[in-house]
Amino acid sequence: MDILIYGTINSVSLALMALGFALVYGISRVANFAHGALYVVTGFLTWSLFKGAGLNYALSIALAMLFTGLIGALIYQFFLIRVRGMAISEIIASYAIGLAILEGFRWGGFKGMTYTLPPFVEGSMVLAGTPVDYHRLLVVLIGFGVVAFLWAFTHYSRIGLALRGMAQDERAALMLGIDSDLMAVVAMAFGSMLAGLSAVVLLPLGNIVVEKGYDVLIQAIAVCIVGGLGSWFGAVVAAFIIGFAQIVTVVWWGAHFQMVVALLAIIFTLVLRPSGLFGRQKELEERV
Amino acid sequence: MSEEPILQVQEATKAFGGVLALNRVSFDVRKGEVLGIIGPNGSGKTTVVNCITGFIKMTSGRVLFHGKEITGKPPHKIADMGVTRTFQVMRPYYSLPAYKNLVIPLFSPRARRTGGWRGGGRLGDRNTVGIDILEEIGFERDSFVPYKLASTLPTGYLKRLELARCLALQPEVILCDEVFSGLSMSEIASMLPLIERFQMEGITVVMIEHRLRELFRVAGRIVVMNFGEKLIEGSPEEVMADEKVREAYFGSEEVEEVMTYA
Amino acid sequence: MSDEQRRKERLDRGIKIRSDSLYAIMSWRELAYLTAPRFLLIAGILLLPLLVPGMYWQRVVSVVCIYALLALSFDLMAHYVGLVSLGGAFFIGTGGYISAMLNTSLGVPPLLAIFIAALLGGVICTVLLLPCLPLRGVYFAIVTLMYPLFLARVIEALDIFGGTDGIMGVESFPNRWVEQYFVIAMVLLFLFGLRRLVNTDLGLVLRAVMDNDQAVKASGMSVALFKGLAVFIASGIGCLAGACIVHIYMWSGISLFALDFSILPIAATVIGGGGTLVGPVIGCFILVPVSELLREFGTLRIVCYSIILMAFVVFRSEGIMNYGRRKYHQFERWVKV
Repeated sequence: MDILIYGTINSVSLALMALGFALVYGISRVANFAHGALYVVTGFLTWSLFKGAGLNYALSIALAMLFTGLIGALIYQFFLIRVRGMAISEIIASYAIGLAILEGFRWGGFKGMTYTLPPFVEGSMVLAGTPVDYHRLLVVLIGFGVVAFLWAFTHYSRIGLALRGMAQDERAALMLGIDSDLMAVVAMAFGSMLAGLSAVVLLPLGNIVVEKGYDVLIQAIAVCIVGGLGSWFGAVVAAFIIGFAQIVTVVWWGAHFQMVVALLAIIFTLVLRPSGLFGRQKELEERV
Repeated sequence: MSEEPILQVQEATKAFGGVLALNRVSFDVRKGEVLGIIGPNGSGKTTVVNCITGFIKMTSGRVLFHGKEITGKPPHKIADMGVTRTFQVMRPYYSLPAYKNLVIPLFSPRARRTGGWRGGGRLGDRNTVGIDILEEIGFERDSFVPYKLASTLPTGYLKRLELARCLALQPEVILCDEVFSGLSMSEIASMLPLIERFQMEGITVVMIEHRLRELFRVAGRIVVMNFGEKLIEGSPEEVMADEKVREAYFGSEEVEEVMTYA
Repeated sequence: MSDEQRRKERLDRGIKIRSDSLYAIMSWRELAYLTAPRFLLIAGILLLPLLVPGMYWQRVVSVVCIYALLALSFDLMAHYVGLVSLGGAFFIGTGGYISAMLNTSLGVPPLLAIFIAALLGGVICTVLLLPCLPLRGVYFAIVTLMYPLFLARVIEALDIFGGTDGIMGVESFPNRWVEQYFVIAMVLLFLFGLRRLVNTDLGLVLRAVMDNDQAVKASGMSVALFKGLAVFIASGIGCLAGACIVHIYMWSGISLFALDFSILPIAATVIGGGGTLVGPVIGCFILVPVSELLREFGTLRIVCYSIILMAFVVFRSEGIMNYGRRKYHQFERWVKV
């Protein structure tokens, strides 16, 4: 029962971390390796607004997420757009940006145990014999909410439909009058805000530390690769697979193995079936 | 021309998802002949070539070369045995000059084994051999053309470059995937003697074509395909006289007019 | 705005055209034009340890050479075979651990252990990377980025090879001059060796594999074989670098899998000019000392070189070497259109 409950919570957390990455990749084909950095940025922003500037908690969360979205959009507009289409340059550039942000925080003294955010709701309850605090339950609810919102957004709103159109065929979208550069910026802003959302939802469960940035990036990549790059449905399914696998190994072998599972998942998926569970990567198939 | 089959395709079947691109296609290629494969768009002609040369794995069926099974072998092994192909969408090494494009096939084990000096083996300088082959295939030796980057060459030369790549391997069979498409009448006219010369040198040629009129001047036998199935095979006259072919391939008299004079 | 349009025209210098062919040997001036850059580079690298002040900076020169070897291996794989590997640390770690274990548990002398580690490490890395070779671009980059992280976590989690403490007591080079000139000799050897290799017909085939693997298959050659060969050469060089660094620091640990070894060579290659082989070496001679100067500021150096890397990737992707080569061989002028 422990495994079931904590596995679900862990899976939903993974899905939250990965959705932003999957969204950006799915729409603009940019593997945003600064994802983990944006996650940490939101954490520190919320902390400084809330603890440092003394703002209302909800307000500081909202502001921090907006800022992160803005940062993401700026990164795209000023740097990544110049190397658009050159996949490797995009990876190297975004990874370098992420590295600069993360190590900049470390250099600026944001390390140690002092940076924590309070949970949204205090207290805990006992669920089928297992103690679970309310915040973790809230994480699951928010996770499902975000997935439902994204689905509705991409299926019914104008921008969402435009984004989906671009994800499927960029040239056709261009011919229909969708500004692909603008949409990519919007997607990047959205993806960054999702990273921020996952940060404010998940960070109250622990400390805000720089290392989280790398872990989040690896786990997001793991989820997206296993699910198939560019497939949101795949990402959610993969989050559950990896989430449960992680909890099971952690229970049996110890906490060291959590990242090993994620890394193994990446390597195995890429070696055995590079398109992932649900991905349809044409360029990976042999075409003549 | 002997009756001995050099390449046998038996019951070749290929399914992409649920779509049958090839449905139990069988035909023989005789040693030294020029065989034409024709059929409307999407009838599975290119898929046949891909299956024979190993670029696509067949769902079922067999391909025999000199009576030995080559089904399921990787493409480089099949090319190494002497079954070479050109690509419909040309694939030169764009960043290299034309003659350097030939250094790569000349480096291959087959060229070194079978070609001797001519193939750019240990003694031959592959650059000069490359230029020799280009001259044979119609690049003027003393012009700039062999030294131009492949990305700057016009379509006609690129098609020839594809053939030259096959020739560098000292092939037994060349599978030409639409070498005439996209060429002008005069370009085609200058390429027909090449095909005839291959035949004189004992190279078996399989040609996939839309340009029927030109094809019929060189091809001894024709295989007609439609919707992934073989309709009929025979001499050009037999094939064109066949009612089934006229119906399936041309639809009506008017279309025939367009097709043959296109 | 004037309505006069102009564009930059680039022309080869006369001396470049004259010295392109055999006639170069007819005049000292043309010979010098051809050989001077090479001679300057070799002499500069050889004399550098004698010119720098103190032992600390001599050690830095050795470290530069380690990174230069890694950058060479990255450049070979990325620009001549088309496999962009973000896992330089993977090679360093494998080579380092092998050499350290050979030395501490079997008592193999350092210079021999280094070569065994290079060969054995090359084989191990190639075998581990073999299943990933069909992957293209992004996917290969991701998987190679994960390998060193994965090995580090495995060593940590299973507590093998000395766990988090690492392997202590690795023997150092006989003396510091041997150390210094051994790594320098290796850099020069592989720099000119690889330059020779990429200009042979084999090098041409490797580039063909990068451009157009279908045509290589149709030419009767196995793509996997050539990719494997290139990965073996590159990972052998990387493992050699790893083995050297273990004997320089006399210690082998998880930090061999650190990000520095993956990112800095890439940054050096981008700055120096990808695909030139000399560029990455020059890039290392610029970047590593800068990063050493910033060492007292802790992680600021990572910030610093990742910003440099990003700026070069985005704004100046041709790199110093390509720029320099152009200026050396050509002159530019504005012409009216």
